[in-house]
Amino acid sequence: MDGLKVSDANLVVYIHPSKANRVPQALRGELSSLLFKFNEAFDGVVLVYDILAQSESAKVLPGLSPYFGVKVKAKLLLFSPKPDMLLEGKVMKLRKESIHVIVLGFSYATIAEEDIRGEFRYKIKHGEEVFASSLHKRHVIKVGSMIRFLIKSFDEEILHISGSLIPANTGSVGWLDKHMNESSEMDRSNKKKRERESGREMEAHGSRVINEDYPPKKSKRQKLVEEF
Amino acid sequence: MGLELASYGTEYYEEMADVDFSDSEVVSYVRDTLKSVAQGDTDRYNQLIGVMHHSEGLAPDEVALLVTSLKALSGVVSYVDIVLHEALLSSIFGMSMWNYGPDVVDALVELIKSLAVSNGVFVDSCLDMLVRNFMPPKSFISFLRLPRGCIIKDEVLNRVHAALTDIAYLVPLAPSRLLPIILRRMPNMFDNEALLVIYVESMFRLESSAIGELIGSTMLMAVVDRLVDLDVEIGWDEIIQEDASKGIFHMELEDVEETEDFVVKDGSKFSKGTMCGLNFGGNVVADKLDSLMLLTCQHLESCYDEGRLAKVFDTLLQSFRITILNAYKSKFAQFVMFYSCSLDPGSCAVRFANLLSDIFMCETHPPLTRMSAAAYLGSYLARAKFLSSSLISYMLKRLIGWCYKYIQIQDGEVKTINPEAHRIFYSGCQAVMYVLCFRMSSMVDVPPLKSQLFQMPLEQILHHPLDPLKVCLPSIVKEFLRQAKAARLFTVSENFLFSDLLESDSSKAFGGTERLDMFFPFDPCLLKKSDRFIRPNFVYWSMVRTTYDDDDEASGEEDDDNDDDDAARSFDEHGIDLDDFESSMNKMSITPKARAPMRMPAKIRPSTSPESL
Repeated sequence: MDGLKVSDANLVVYIHPSKANRVPQALRGELSSLLFKFNEAFDGVVLVYDILAQSESAKVLPGLSPYFGVKVKAKLLLFSPKPDMLLEGKVMKLRKESIHVIVLGFSYATIAEEDIRGEFRYKIKHGEEVFASSLHKRHVIKVGSMIRFLIKSFDEEILHISGSLIPANTGSVGWLDKHMNESSEMDRSNKKKRERESGREMEAHGSRVINEDYPPKKSKRQKLVEEF
Repeated sequence: MGLELASYGTEYYEEMADVDFSDSEVVSYVRDTLKSVAQGDTDRYNQLIGVMHHSEGLAPDEVALLVTSLKALSGVVSYVDIVLHEALLSSIFGMSMWNYGPDVVDALVELIKSLAVSNGVFVDSCLDMLVRNFMPPKSFISFLRLPRGCIIKDEVLNRVHAALTDIAYLVPLAPSRLLPIILRRMPNMFDNEALLVIYVESMFRLESSAIGELIGSTMLMAVVDRLVDLDVEIGWDEIIQEDASKGIFHMELEDVEETEDFVVKDGSKFSKGTMCGLNFGGNVVADKLDSLMLLTCQHLESCYDEGRLAKVFDTLLQSFRITILNAYKSKFAQFVMFYSCSLDPGSCAVRFANLLSDIFMCETHPPLTRMSAAAYLGSYLARAKFLSSSLISYMLKRLIGWCYKYIQIQDGEVKTINPEAHRIFYSGCQAVMYVLCFRMSSMVDVPPLKSQLFQMPLEQILHHPLDPLKVCLPSIVKEFLRQAKAARLFTVSENFLFSDLLESDSSKAFGGTERLDMFFPFDPCLLKKSDRFIRPNFVYWSMVRTTYDDDDEASGEEDDDNDDDDAARSFDEHGIDLDDFESSMNKMSITPKARAPMRMPAKIRPSTSPESL
C-alpha cells in the first residue's frame, strides 16, 4: 500500500512552565495532540511517533508566557496519500451509487458510481448487495471485502479520500493477489509480454507499474516496518 | 408505526432490485437538474428548492413528492457541489425533522447520511443539522407534554441518534467533529427549560452510546458546568429565611406530609433551610436546575446499572475538582457527587472522601480551595448515610492528625489569636467538630471506634493557645462540647456562654469575605424533584442520636445506671460487624424534641425577572 512513510523529524516542542518537572510526559502529551490530524509541516497525518532523543537544556521564550522549547528527535509514521496512489481498505457499506471504505481505521474513502469501471455490475446476490465483475466470475466486491483503489483526491481536514476503481489493477485485494500468483505460475515469457503491455497502459493512466519481483503478498507498510 | 416502517423499507429495497423504471427516471431528472445549475439553467433547480421549503400542512401528494425528491437526491450526492448548490443545501439543512411524518424523516435522514459520507466538506453541516434536531422548534414545545408529542419525540430522536451512529461507523473521525458542534449548540442557562432538558437528554444518550466512549467525558463535564452556571445564578438572598437567628442544631423535620405553614424547620447554619412542603413559588432558575439535576441523577443511575459508573465517576471527580469545588459556595450542584457516591459506597464514596482530604492537606492548593475542601469533607462525612463508621473514623484521624501536626509547629506562646492567619487550621477543626456532632454517638457505641476516638489528640488541639473553641462557629462548638461532655470525651473548664449565637466575630474573621465558616455544602437539598434521589441516603439532624439524648430521658440520679447500661450494651455488642451495627443505628427513628418555636419553612424566592425564551 502506498502513502505510508517513516520520517525522521527534528522538532522543537514548546512546553508550559507548569510541566517543567514532568518534561517527558509533557513531550508525549504534545506529540499525542498531533495524532490523526493532517500536519502541513510533515505533509501527512501522524499515525505513530517515537521519541528518540531530547535535549538536556531548553531555551525559554521571552515574553508573557515563559514556555521553553525542548529539541526532540523523533521518528514519525506518516500517512500522506497523494492522487494516483493505490490504497487498500475495508468495504463498510455498499450501494448502487457508491462504495464506502475505511482505510487504516481512521481514514475513509468514497468511490462514486461513475468511478467504478464498467466491468463491475451492481447486483443483489443472496440478499446481499455486491459489485460483481462481468469478466471474472470470482471477482466480487461486497461488504467486508478488502479492496485496492486509486486515490483521486484527499481532503486533509476530515481525512476523506475520493477513490476510483477505474484502473485494471484495482478491485478486491484477495482476487487481485491470487490472480497475480496464478499468472506467474503460467508461461513466464508470455506473461511478461502481456504485463509489459498492460504496464504501459497503466503508465498511460498514471498508475503504478506492477513489478514482477515485487512480492505481492507483503504490503508496502509491512516492508517499511521491516526496514526499521 | 414500527410495522409500517419495516414494510416500507423492504418495498424500497425490492424496487432497487427490480431497477424500477420510474425510480431511475427520477434520479436522472434530479441529476440533470443539479448539473444544469453549472450551465446557468436554474428553473428546475429552483423548483426543487421550493419542494424542500414546503413544510406546513402538506397534502399526501406533496408529501410523496418531497419523499421522492429526497430519495432521488440521496442517489446523486456525488453531483452536489457545495458552492453551486448552496441554496439547495441550506434549505435541506434548515429542515426540522419535528415538522414531518416518519416517511419524510426517513428519507431526509438517508439524504443527510449520504451527504456526510460522500464528501468531507459536508460532514460538519450534516452533523450540525442532526444536532440541531436534538431540539424541536419553539412552536412544538408545548406539544411535548401531550402523549402524541412524546411519540413524535421518540420517533425523531431515535432516527437522529441512529444517523449519528451510522455516520460515525463510516466516518471514523466524525465523533471528534461532533463534539465541538454539540458544545456550541448546547442551550445556555437562559434558554427555555424544556429545550435545555431535551438537549441534555440527547447528550446523555450519546454518552451511553459507542460514540460516548470517545466524547462522553467532555460532554459530561459540559453538563456539570451548566449545573454550576444555574446554581450560581440562584442568589443566596433568594433563599428566604424567616428567622435567621436560631442556632444550627434545631430540629429538622423532614416529614413530607406536613403542610406548608406547619413546618418546623431548620437545619441551616446560614440562610439555607430544610424543606418539607417544598415551595418554590416559581423560581425559574431553580426549576431548571432541578430538572437538569434530576436528569443527571437518572443518567448516573443507569450508568451504575450498566456497570460504567467507575469510569463516569473519574470524569465527575475531575469536574468537581475544577468547577464545583471552586465555585463560590455552590448550593445544590454538588449533590450530583453525593448521589453517585451513594450508588457505590464501596468505591466511589471512598474516592470522593480521599480527594477532599488530599486537597485539604496539600499545600500547593490555594487556601480558599483547601478551606472549601474541609467544608465539603465535614459536611459529607456528617450527612452521608452510606459511609461506614470505619471510614469516618479513618478520615477523622487524618484530619485530626493534620491539625495536631499544625499545632506542633506553632510557636509556644500565642499572644493574640489571628483567625485569618490560621484559617485553614480552623476550618479543619470546625469540620472535625461538625462531623462529631453527627457521628459521635454512633462511634462511641462501638468499642473499637470509641477507643480510636479517645486516642486521637483532640483535647490537645482544642486546648491549644490557638483556641479553636473560641474561633470556630459558636453553635457548632456548643453542640460539640455538649456531646463531648456527655460522652466523657473531654471536658472544658470554662463555661462557654454563647447564648445561641449563630456566629461570632472570630468565626467571621477566619471565614473571610467568602464566609467559608458558614459553608455546609451538603445541607439538605432544596430542590424538590432531585431530592428524592438524595433523601434515602441523607442524614437529617433529627435522625441523629446525640450522646446526651439518653441522659436527658433519665433523671439525674440514674445517670450512673444509664452509663452502666451503655457500657454493658457496648460490651455486649463487641464483635458485631460494624456495618450491621451502623445500619441498625440508622434505622432507629428518633422522636424529635421540640425546642424551637414553629416557624415558616425556608423557601426559594420566586423569580422576578421575566422568563427568558
